Amino acid sequence: MAVGKEIRSQISSIKSTQKITSAMEMVAASKMRKAHDQMDLTRPYAEKIRNVVGHVAAADTDYEHPYMEQREVQTVGYIVVSTDRGLCGGLNHNLFKTLIRDLAQWRDQGVDVQFCTLGQKATGFFKNFGGNVVATKTQLGDRPSADELIGTIKVMLDAFSDGTIDRLYLVNNEFVNTMTQEPQVRQLLPLKPEKTQESAHNWDYIYEPGPKELLDGLMVRYIESQVYQGVVENLACEQAARMLAMKAATDNAGDIIDDLQLVYNKARQAAITQEISEIVSGAAAV
Amino acid sequence: MAKTVYCDIVSAEEKIFSGEVTMVSAAATTGDLGVMPGHAPMLTGLQPGPVRITRAEGPDEIYYVSGGYLEVQPNHITVLADTALRAGDMDEAAAEQARKDAERELADQSSEIDYGRAQAHLAEAMAQLRTIQKIRKKAR
Repeated sequence: MAVGKEIRSQISSIKSTQKITSAMEMVAASKMRKAHDQMDLTRPYAEKIRNVVGHVAAADTDYEHPYMEQREVQTVGYIVVSTDRGLCGGLNHNLFKTLIRDLAQWRDQGVDVQFCTLGQKATGFFKNFGGNVVATKTQLGDRPSADELIGTIKVMLDAFSDGTIDRLYLVNNEFVNTMTQEPQVRQLLPLKPEKTQESAHNWDYIYEPGPKELLDGLMVRYIESQVYQGVVENLACEQAARMLAMKAATDNAGDIIDDLQLVYNKARQAAITQEISEIVSGAAAV
Repeated sequence: MAKTVYCDIVSAEEKIFSGEVTMVSAAATTGDLGVMPGHAPMLTGLQPGPVRITRAEGPDEIYYVSGGYLEVQPNHITVLADTALRAGDMDEAAAEQARKDAERELADQSSEIDYGRAQAHLAEAMAQLRTIQKIRKKAR
């Protein structure tokens, strides 16, 4: 019986798509767990270094680090963290939308903008969107290591040190929970002096060898750790978003299959009814 | 009961050690140094090399760091390691190989090589070897 051959083949093709999306959902779920664990592992370092930098900022040394210096804004730099791969819902799109809104403000003030992109999607986006991309790093993989980022971050830090850019922002997705990822834009440089409760006491470090050498290295580590954390957090967001997107895709495929099955059954039923009525009317005619 | 101080060793990628210790010894940029409870607040850079943790009970632990910072607060010692691995995990052959590679790069004058980087590689490989030798000596 040739009834609904097209419908049947369509159903089987959607079924195989559904198999792929549900497999991707499960893969994303397990990767998300790993990425989330990694996010937790990187937190102690970021906290410790923030404490140390906070102490140093509160301590009165003769040496004022250039990263603390507030300058009049003529050019700003953005480090944009995106994913390497697609199929993760509106994650990158929402991030870029937030970024563009931010950029519009600077454009109104006549401020130049430079970008540093991490991840394939951001690189691709700026290829279309235009913009001065000074550094790129792609293919960070599922377990990015901190030393892979050093070069790209250094480009931006050097630009800040020699006055090419006057402010540096980090753009990434914040992992609120599995269901929610919020795009965020944070200022990295110049450092905003943070007042901690601990800054009240008035002891200072012995600096070995001297405050300048130490602070130079420490500040770079601090920014690197912030960016690294951003990358790891974005990775967790990517997996969570992909998991949600694939879950939705699997559910939708199920709905379409149900609908098509209904259409197919009706067509089959109609064909059978028609055949019977033909036979009956044929028999009656004899 | 020996006096102890709380010590954390963290790297950008993970938390490596956390607990009460009686002494921390590390290779600072200005020379090897040991920190005991009651040390004055201090901030110093670390060279690639071993960080040794002495605890009140149990054997010493040695971690390898490839640079970083040592911070001493009145009741707290923090080692901010650049990349720290458990010294026991390290493969001596790989360190030897890295050293050879770095030496070859240094020797190879013809190609365009960043000598500063090669030298850093060499220093790192030597430090790793030193750590492994220390661990071996202890194991015997």
